[in-house]
Amino acid sequence: MLRQVFTRPEKVVVFRRQLLLEIESLGIDSLGIIAIISIFMGMVITIQTASNIDSVWIPKYTVGFTTRQSVILEFSPTIIALILAGKVGSNIASEIGTMRVTEQIDALKIMGINPAGYLILPKITAGVIINPFLIIISMFLGVGAGYAICALTGLVPIGDYIYGIQLDFRSFDVAYALIKTVIFAFLITSVSAYHGYHTSGGALEVGRSSTRAVVYSSITILIFNYIITQLLLI
Amino acid sequence: MIEVRNIHKSFGDKEVLHDISMVLEKGKANLIIGASGSGKTTLVKCMVGLHEASQGEILYNDRSFTQMKDRDRTQIRKEIGFLFQASALFDSMTVEENVMFPLTMFTDQSKEERLERANFCLERVGLQNANKLFPSELSGGMKKRVGIARAIALKPSYLFCDEPNSGLDPLTSILIDNLIKEITEEFGITTVVITHDMNSVLEIGDKVFFLWQGQNWWQGSRQDILQTDNKELIDFVYASEFMKMIRKKGQ
Repeated sequence: MLRQVFTRPEKVVVFRRQLLLEIESLGIDSLGIIAIISIFMGMVITIQTASNIDSVWIPKYTVGFTTRQSVILEFSPTIIALILAGKVGSNIASEIGTMRVTEQIDALKIMGINPAGYLILPKITAGVIINPFLIIISMFLGVGAGYAICALTGLVPIGDYIYGIQLDFRSFDVAYALIKTVIFAFLITSVSAYHGYHTSGGALEVGRSSTRAVVYSSITILIFNYIITQLLLI
Repeated sequence: MIEVRNIHKSFGDKEVLHDISMVLEKGKANLIIGASGSGKTTLVKCMVGLHEASQGEILYNDRSFTQMKDRDRTQIRKEIGFLFQASALFDSMTVEENVMFPLTMFTDQSKEERLERANFCLERVGLQNANKLFPSELSGGMKKRVGIARAIALKPSYLFCDEPNSGLDPLTSILIDNLIKEITEEFGITTVVITHDMNSVLEIGDKVFFLWQGQNWWQGSRQDILQTDNKELIDFVYASEFMKMIRKKGQ
């Protein structure tokens, strides 16, 4: 099926228009939920780290350092990918599944259009392009929310928090997170599209495909998270 | 003209189509009738390449569709218009965009030219003021008409209609039948209609094929149906009291 997906689009102008629509629907429309989750998770990580450090030997800037590392390495790329697997994955599977059971995919095929390429390629491309931007925004919001909570509650002095988030910063960590993001985006869109495309039956099966898409996307994300971490960080 | 030669189709061990041959003539409404499960839809799906026939050959104006590679089939598919039972309009597009879609994908026409053609097709099916509506805002009959408009947008040589009257009231059914008949004659299209509706058969059936248990059991004109002594066809066509009355009157 991937060979059918990655064929040259019938019309580049149409592909470009589809791509922009998918970037809006899969990416920009997810900004709200990503922002809310990132802000609250950033605040919680900061508070939990601060409240668990009760030794005088551990400096306060550790809170900033831990928040930054947690957000960049794991929380933003992986947890947000799992959230997107739920939101975007079910959306893709149900959209394509509905098109399958209402014969819209057959209509495309009879017209002489490659349905897999026409429907799935823009989604995969859009996911791979837009998700890194979403994750970068999530990183800023998460670390920024930690700063805000320090400023509001005085849990950790602002200077210490800022020192912590700057301490021993390696740009490779961000690159690692973005590599994961691109791979996860590919997994979410392709696994969900596969389940939607192979739906047969009626409305009940569309619902089942949607559920399967979320479950399998999430599992593959977790497996690949382990593999990528093993390969890149050790 | 479409020629079907000795088509067989099996799903696993079950043979659904058994040695079907028929010639579907140009400029005529060719109707395929038969009970549910007789293989009508499977036959048409084999004709347009949604199913692959297990054996046999399908020719579009002497071009063998069954032996072509998928890339070459695309050329023939551009000459095919298909009206689905549930219309299969694209939900995310307006009526106008649905009709313009094949033109957008396969022609280099400007937007104005495409719009003009879409308006012509919509006018032809009597839907002048529905351009900006979405499929969810249309009635069943309107959806069928948009489906026909989309099917004829690329000026097809072949038009397939899968149960065009299903779920429609009698008046709208007649309207759709007449539309199919008019379009067939006006544009000289080879039209293939799958139907259960005996009104359609008697109204527009230039040539009628009766499938029974996966075989082309009987074929003839709509007038021939009134005089047939084929038992299976009589059982199918004259199942209702109303049709029995017509037959009696005819005799």
